[in-house]
Amino acid sequence: MNASAGNSLIEARGVIRILPGIVPVTLVHDIDLTIGNNEFVAITGPSGSGKSSLLYLLGLLDMPTAGEVLIRGRATTDMEEDERAMTRLATLGFVFQFHFLLPEFTALENVMLPMRALGALPPVAMRERAAMLLESFGLTDHIGKRPDQMSGGQRQRVAVARSLANDPPVVLADEPTGSLDSQSSEQVFRILRDLVEVRSKSVVAVTHDLDLAARMDRRMQLIDGGIVDGAQMAGASRAAPV
Amino acid sequence: MSLTVDIALTHVRSRARQTLVAVAGVATGVGFSIMMASLMVGSQNDFMRQLIDALPHIAVSDEQREPQRQPAELAFGAVRIYGLTPERRREGIKNPMAIMAALSAWVPGAIAPSTKTQAILRYAGRDFAASVTGIDPHRERYVSALPTQMRQGTLASLFTAGNAIILGDRLAEKMGARIGSNITVQTGEGAHIGAQVVGLFHSGVRQVDESTAYVLVKTAQILAQQTGLINELRVRVRDPLAARDIAQRIERETGYKSIAWQEAHEDLLSSFVVRNVVMYTVVGAILLVASFGTYNIISTITHEKARDIAILKSLGLNERTVRRIFVLEALIIGLAGALAGFLLGYLLCVALGTIEINNPFMDANRLPLVYDPLHYAIAGLVALVSSFAAGYAPARKAARVHPVDIIRGAT
Repeated sequence: MNASAGNSLIEARGVIRILPGIVPVTLVHDIDLTIGNNEFVAITGPSGSGKSSLLYLLGLLDMPTAGEVLIRGRATTDMEEDERAMTRLATLGFVFQFHFLLPEFTALENVMLPMRALGALPPVAMRERAAMLLESFGLTDHIGKRPDQMSGGQRQRVAVARSLANDPPVVLADEPTGSLDSQSSEQVFRILRDLVEVRSKSVVAVTHDLDLAARMDRRMQLIDGGIVDGAQMAGASRAAPV
Repeated sequence: MSLTVDIALTHVRSRARQTLVAVAGVATGVGFSIMMASLMVGSQNDFMRQLIDALPHIAVSDEQREPQRQPAELAFGAVRIYGLTPERRREGIKNPMAIMAALSAWVPGAIAPSTKTQAILRYAGRDFAASVTGIDPHRERYVSALPTQMRQGTLASLFTAGNAIILGDRLAEKMGARIGSNITVQTGEGAHIGAQVVGLFHSGVRQVDESTAYVLVKTAQILAQQTGLINELRVRVRDPLAARDIAQRIERETGYKSIAWQEAHEDLLSSFVVRNVVMYTVVGAILLVASFGTYNIISTITHEKARDIAILKSLGLNERTVRRIFVLEALIIGLAGALAGFLLGYLLCVALGTIEINNPFMDANRLPLVYDPLHYAIAGLVALVSSFAAGYAPARKAARVHPVDIIRGAT
């Protein structure tokens, strides 16, 4: 789309995803898009439009039935499982609608998890970085708490901290504020925007909240698995009916 | 601590009760296996010791394994002989002293000459067949356990009467004879002497105890009606298990039939094989049952943790790492179970060892138990291997989960 191809982080080329079954379901249909550096992208659409499915495809959690997803210009469909896992670990951060923290581990340990899996830092440095990330999201007092001892907003902030653990260039967020009250939503949204503005990351967020989407830099609207053209204009209230 | 170990330990620890049940299952399996093995091997060793002690380790007799070859057979390639009446050979081992001197040069152990003869013992008007062996009480203690098996009297008592005889305790019981009884000994050669019972022995092997009697060598020679007769050399070797090889070499060198205790008790030894098969089958079954407990808990954990697995995989942990986590959990349970089982097994053995049994058919009044580190090692190893196998299947299944399937359906 409007990002230059040279510094594309994620690129989708004719991506199609069909769920096999007695009645095959087309989740995503023929998508072409490019996510460049330092972008804040919203993917919107009614429920069932395939926006989450598209995010999973971009995040290598799912494999396209046809087409190709490129991460930093590298094709991913022919990668080995391990290599895809490694790419995910090092270049992509995930935030889900539900925090998806490991329940038996503290906030600090949860944030350290991806770092330990990657193993690029010495243990002391991992601990310092995890603590630093949590502190930067105002969670200094909750470092040693387990998920069930925190509020929804706090958990989601821990999840964002975890997505940044290995300092990935892109964070993919699937309805990051979907299960939060408006105050916590605002807090999490501000954090996501800071990622773009302060830390120069790219953030791709799926949301059905059009007000939220309106405050992002770039919008894509999905209907029935395909991108609706011209949905990039500002003024989300005029966007497609829900 | 590595990430996999950390996660595995956390999973196992946060399910303390289930883990405890699985560990207890493995521990029970390992513990009872150790106890079974200890008891089986203990009783087998005990029995083996009795067998080894009941007879000389090797008995060299004046017999040959095959009938003597006739001169014509030696001279011609094909001979058929009808109506042969073999020449009567003089009984006994020829030049016994020279043979003993030759053997003692290399046989690791002691050798003693003896005279063996079959006789009828008559007491209170009843006849009993017995194998009467003439021994030298001074040398006998080097070649058999007879001195330690004496229940009444000693070997030296053989010198106390003119014709003294020591009977197996069951033989004496059958006859109704006791110490001091005068019995009549009669042989096929026509000898007929009166003898006084001066001792009773008990070897623990029924067949020996009810049909064996000991006299002095010279008394036996009178019974056999042949002066200077030595028809059996009794050998005791330092390593009873090597007796078979030594017996074969003696036979090769002297030409006389020499029978090791293993050959004499071949039927009993082959029953040990069956016993061992039974033992290992039972022990294996116990451990197998225990491993189902492990399978169960790992299976349950992977089900409960489906979401965590999806999270880990969405973060970018690969299949191998996820699989390793759950296999590790199974191994932790297996290891904890094995260690607890070692303790349980040891305590069970100690407890069994304190039980006293007053049974007229048994010599020992405590259960014979063996404490062999090998049993512990084998039981522990089997527990670990079966835990690994039990954990591997659910672990593999867990590792193959597609994170999207779980995340899509999450609430």
